[in-house]
Amino acid sequence: MDGALTLRTGRRLGRQRLQDAAFRATTRLFAAGVLVLLGGIIVALAVEAVPAFSTYGWGFLVSDAWNPVKKNFGALPAIYGTLVTSAIAMVIGIPLAFGIAVFLTELCPPPLRRPIGVLIELLAAVPSIIYGIWGLFVLAPFLQLTVQPLLVSTLGELPVIGALFAGPPLGLGVLTAGIILGFMVLPFIASVMRDIFLTVPPMLRESAYGVGATTAEVVRHVVLPFTRVGVVGAIMLGLGRALGETMAVTFVIGNTHRIKPSLLAPGTTISATLANEFTEAVGDLYTSSLFALGFILFAITFIVLAAAKLMLIRLQQRAAT
Amino acid sequence: MQSRGRIRSWLGALAVLGSIAHGAAAAEISGAGATFPYPVYAKWAEAYKAKTGVSMNYQSIGSGGGIKQINAKTVDFGASDMPLKPEDLDKSGLIQWPMIMGGVVPVVNLQGIAPGELQLDGPTLADIYLGKLAKWNDPAIAKLNPGVKLPNLAIAPIYRSDGSGTTFIYTNYLAKVSPEWKDKVGNDTSVEWPVGIGGKGNEGVAALSSRTAGAIGYVEYAYALQNKLIYAKLKNREGSIVAPDSKAFQAAAANADWAKAPGFYLLLTDQPGKDSWPITGASFILMHKKQEKPEAAKQVLDFFAWAFQNGNKMAEALDYVPLPENVVKLVEASWSANIKNPDNKPIWTAR
Amino acid sequence: MTLYARRRAINLAYLALSWAATGVGLAVLFLILWTLLRNGIPALSPELFTTVTPPPGSRGGLANAIYGSVVMTAVATLVGTPIGILTGTYLAEYGRESWLAPVVRFVNDILLSAPSIIIGLFVYELMVVRMGHFSAWAGSVALAIIVIPVVVRTTENMMLLVPASLREAAIALGAPRWKVVVDVIYRAALQGMLTGVMLAIARIAGETAPLLFTALNNQFWSTDMNAPMANLPYVIFQFALSPYADWQVLAWGGAMVITFTILALNILARILTSGSDRNP
Repeated sequence: MDGALTLRTGRRLGRQRLQDAAFRATTRLFAAGVLVLLGGIIVALAVEAVPAFSTYGWGFLVSDAWNPVKKNFGALPAIYGTLVTSAIAMVIGIPLAFGIAVFLTELCPPPLRRPIGVLIELLAAVPSIIYGIWGLFVLAPFLQLTVQPLLVSTLGELPVIGALFAGPPLGLGVLTAGIILGFMVLPFIASVMRDIFLTVPPMLRESAYGVGATTAEVVRHVVLPFTRVGVVGAIMLGLGRALGETMAVTFVIGNTHRIKPSLLAPGTTISATLANEFTEAVGDLYTSSLFALGFILFAITFIVLAAAKLMLIRLQQRAAT
Repeated sequence: MQSRGRIRSWLGALAVLGSIAHGAAAAEISGAGATFPYPVYAKWAEAYKAKTGVSMNYQSIGSGGGIKQINAKTVDFGASDMPLKPEDLDKSGLIQWPMIMGGVVPVVNLQGIAPGELQLDGPTLADIYLGKLAKWNDPAIAKLNPGVKLPNLAIAPIYRSDGSGTTFIYTNYLAKVSPEWKDKVGNDTSVEWPVGIGGKGNEGVAALSSRTAGAIGYVEYAYALQNKLIYAKLKNREGSIVAPDSKAFQAAAANADWAKAPGFYLLLTDQPGKDSWPITGASFILMHKKQEKPEAAKQVLDFFAWAFQNGNKMAEALDYVPLPENVVKLVEASWSANIKNPDNKPIWTAR
Repeated sequence: MTLYARRRAINLAYLALSWAATGVGLAVLFLILWTLLRNGIPALSPELFTTVTPPPGSRGGLANAIYGSVVMTAVATLVGTPIGILTGTYLAEYGRESWLAPVVRFVNDILLSAPSIIIGLFVYELMVVRMGHFSAWAGSVALAIIVIPVVVRTTENMMLLVPASLREAAIALGAPRWKVVVDVIYRAALQGMLTGVMLAIARIAGETAPLLFTALNNQFWSTDMNAPMANLPYVIFQFALSPYADWQVLAWGGAMVITFTILALNILARILTSGSDRNP
């Protein structure tokens, strides 16, 4: 190579290295910025929650009182409701989303794939308050008249799990809220899962089919292992929505600060309590208790996420051996 | 190239944004707070803008929100369904006055019972919500309703799950008529209800009541009227049975002694007078005594004075109850006495 | 049962469940759409888009609320998406290099589940109290903070799933790293990233709580970003829960507008980008 070309190549390489460094620095800057912002929110929340925690101590977590007049607050009913409704939402949402994602990637005739995918995403476009109103006026009466009496008379008679289905069918309650949440997280998980399944190289899937695998086996043994991390990410997205949803839940959960074993009983969640009571809360201890509830929600998310990551690491270790 | 085109489109978007940001800024006064009077304030604001061009933007973020915002001075006035005590007013440097009235109405869901057919009284209501009365054909209820066939059905009390002025007025009444209620539960915008389930907003309470046989709930008067709910009559302090209507609310307000209430701190529940509706309430406006922006304050007071003078018909059309004339005079006098500009001169002068 | 018959039976069960799941999802969608259409169509008229929100008893529409929602959603998306994409890029490309990435990822996932009212309160303290008044800027910032975690998550996910062969081929051709990312990886992951952005837009278009303490709402027409601005979700919330029939009709009309606008946006975005994701 002559000297001029080497010089030009050298200069271009140098410029590219500069561009690469600038790119890395920019993305790093934004990531750090996001950390500061999001971390700031958590810190601000913690600061506001301090009066409540210092007044009630750890008892706040296990107390089921909620008396704005006597200024006695406890977080247990809200924590319980949050966990139960989110669990129900995941139990309903994940299998449904998974089924839809498999349908869209494996079973659906190609011309229908985009339209049906768009329709599923449309479920995410319905405002949360409409879910709440629909839940109150359409789903709750339906459940009250058909599903809930059925549950009470069949599963409610069994020895141990019968307590989960006891009580008069009100239509509202923890179960209804969980169902609505399940429908709300469904489009998030399904759409992201579908996109993730689509990234599996066709060659992998086709080789499996070529060896004689059924569709079910291809999904279980080829697609899922390949996309494991992404699937967990999609579920996290849905879980986040379920834990933090405010409007839809307050309409159908019955809003009682009480813990009852039955899923058909009314209850409350952290987000619903915040949505209901924050605007009217007068008094520093009251608002601080509400902020404390929000902080506890972050803590719950933290714990669930950590558990999910541990599970993921263990799955990967097992797959590697 | 791909990336250059993308950068260009972001820049274009920013340019559009810049032009949007320089939109017209209207002459605007703002207020926030109670949900109860929102429809009537919105109605007045529309008419006032048509007449004077001034936009009065009021948003119902809740009484607690209204108090917070006026203390933070992010709005020109706050509104609260719950009056602040004189000590709290002095601590924050605020003045408050009643602006509009309404009532809270118990509604029931009993087959065969027509609107206004059921009669209850205060102690019975309290016992129902305390959980002491379990069935509708309990002798305590039957005693108040001779000749009415009450079913052997469980009572399902419904309450407001969201903090609200309606709950404040209702529990205030229950606390006045039942010492046990006052002791066990108390009076606030949000309380710990012994029994029942909570619905969000008037809508939630009405929906729950209409779908639960044997339910009893409480809603704002406008709500009960607009939705033709089955309301109950109440026996008031004097022992007479009254139906909820604007005449009964005004009777309660007229018999109240505003002049003796410092800071207009007066709750209209359980007022004397044989026509008075026992669960009446007023909604209050809060403003700072020392105004840093006297022009904005003057505009606010001009608006409310105009509303006092011209807004009654609009309020009544929406099933609200205007203040009696004598109270209006007291309110306007308190404006002159209390709201001052930085030179300590009153901003408002009575016409 | 022979092994073959058992495998076939399991397969059939899987397929049936997949069809059933899709059926359930679509059924719920149609039920909700049916309720939306039945209650919202009476509100459809040119007036809905040309007149401002009325008090009860007066004629009006949702023009100011529609404008406010469009503007604030657009600003939030324009601000939040680049931040989210760049952060997701850092996590995907440089994620193994330092302690920063796992921490950002973790905090991001925690914020995914933040109740939106908390974000609204944070922005209230940060902007509204400091500025001394409510504003559409504060509302847009609150919405942007909701957009960011969603976009970060989906961007990182989709970028990590781009096959290594694509990346290696680009590098082998001598492309600098940033060009590999911008021209190859982004394009390969585009559909997935777009899903993330669309989901984020769908979410913020229907959120009331974050705007409650930031943009407040406005009864009148206003294009001033520095003042309270009307928005659809809050108006729907207020009108739907009121006792006035004319307000309730407007609320349903507004809900319909939101839902079908997002649908149209989604379709448009998919059409515009449909050429770029063809697998090799």
